[in-house]
Amino acid sequence: MKMVMTGNYASAYGAKVCRAEVISAYPITPQTSIVEKIATLVSSGEMKAQFVKVESEHSAMAALISASMTGARTYTATSSHGLLLMHELLIWAAGARTPIVMSNVCRANGPPWSVWADHHDAIAQRDTGWMQVFCEGNQEVLDSIIMAYKLGENPNIRLPTMINEDAFILSHTVEPVDVPEMEDVDDFLPPYNPRFKLDVDEPYGFGSLVMPEMYMEFRFKINEAMEAARQGWRDVEKDFEKKFGRNHGGMVEFYQCEDADAVLIMAGSIASTAKDVVDKLRSEGKKVGLARIRIFRPFPVEEIRKLAGMTNILAMCDHSYTFGHWGPMAQEVRGALYDLADKPLLKNYIVGLGGKDMTPEVIEKIYLKTLALKDGLDADIEWIGVKGHGGW
Amino acid sequence: MTKEELKGVYKTYRDLPLTPITSVNSAANRTGFWKTFKPVMDAEKCIKCGICWKFCPDVAVKMKPGELPSFDLEHCKGCGICAHECPKKAITMVMEGE
Repeated sequence: MKMVMTGNYASAYGAKVCRAEVISAYPITPQTSIVEKIATLVSSGEMKAQFVKVESEHSAMAALISASMTGARTYTATSSHGLLLMHELLIWAAGARTPIVMSNVCRANGPPWSVWADHHDAIAQRDTGWMQVFCEGNQEVLDSIIMAYKLGENPNIRLPTMINEDAFILSHTVEPVDVPEMEDVDDFLPPYNPRFKLDVDEPYGFGSLVMPEMYMEFRFKINEAMEAARQGWRDVEKDFEKKFGRNHGGMVEFYQCEDADAVLIMAGSIASTAKDVVDKLRSEGKKVGLARIRIFRPFPVEEIRKLAGMTNILAMCDHSYTFGHWGPMAQEVRGALYDLADKPLLKNYIVGLGGKDMTPEVIEKIYLKTLALKDGLDADIEWIGVKGHGGW
Repeated sequence: MTKEELKGVYKTYRDLPLTPITSVNSAANRTGFWKTFKPVMDAEKCIKCGICWKFCPDVAVKMKPGELPSFDLEHCKGCGICAHECPKKAITMVMEGE
């Protein structure tokens, strides 16, 4: 059924149509309306789930790990400092191989205190063993939750997934969203049924101590699953399209990249604005394109290498940063390209931190700067829009 | 699992479950040998209030209603909380082996 809703309500309905059975969450701006909506759906009986109230995000994740180990389908949502507080348990969830799905409403970390969009919260969880999706629109937010359960619960994968949606730009902006019928989702997504469960009648101990001779083996298994999840994401999106008639572009969405003189790489909602800018510049005869990283973990190495055959100038617009080095996504893009004999130029822009507005005008300026790099890089990295720096 | 037990089942990482799973639960895991001091009860002072039973963090104080408490020394780690909390000072911590 088509409804008009925010990204946050799309998240809540995503959990509902997947029949998530245990929800545990702690409120934080701008995530709160996700769990408020779920609490409403549970109390009205529209959603048959246990809603576990907790005193912190750390406890929310702990509750879900245990619930998931009993074989329940689990969901939570958080943002920024809430996600940072969960960090320890995120690593535990991946190590326990619990296919939890969590929405993270991407918000800058403080100080300076901020409630607006950037990706630093999510990027700081890169090494936890969670799969990570960055969404461009509200439909993608909902659909990605369905795909994440389908892939995460696959016995060959069994990993948790973080669905990232940008603060306010998606979380509080309404768009038409097609909410699938629960029966159709049931056809696509069978109930979760792990082989070993927490069960008082058949007790096992989980996540126990192992000696050094065995620890790496368990880590290797997580990595093997993560590597397999690359093809997994490509396949699950194809299956999803067959069932629901939609796709969101695969691991990396290519927009007008084929013959481009310059391609910007982005993740999240700013890519949506950039597509309009691409259309405008194309209408003026400037051959530019956009590549949108949709799946960040596992990292889409093959897709990034494909880009090298499409253009001579690439620029990664990181919506986050690593102090003392390039932007995190630029590092990974650069790493993926290193082995190629014929490498495009790669520039790194740091953009939109703490919600600094990424208007079509700013993105157009970035495109023009990038097109002008024909004869070589002026600098590896440039922060966009910092007053008094780089001509801004 | 001990190294000897593992030899039979674990040849490659593929033989391992997704996450470590043990069929041995904490009741079978005898942690009592960790202790330096063990609790000793003076039955004449005990008023059967159950405070030691409530406070034991390892469920190692066993007590049925109306009966004297006893200590499960295979799981008691000798922390002394029972002795500290006892309102009648009926529990003394004694060095193991004495």
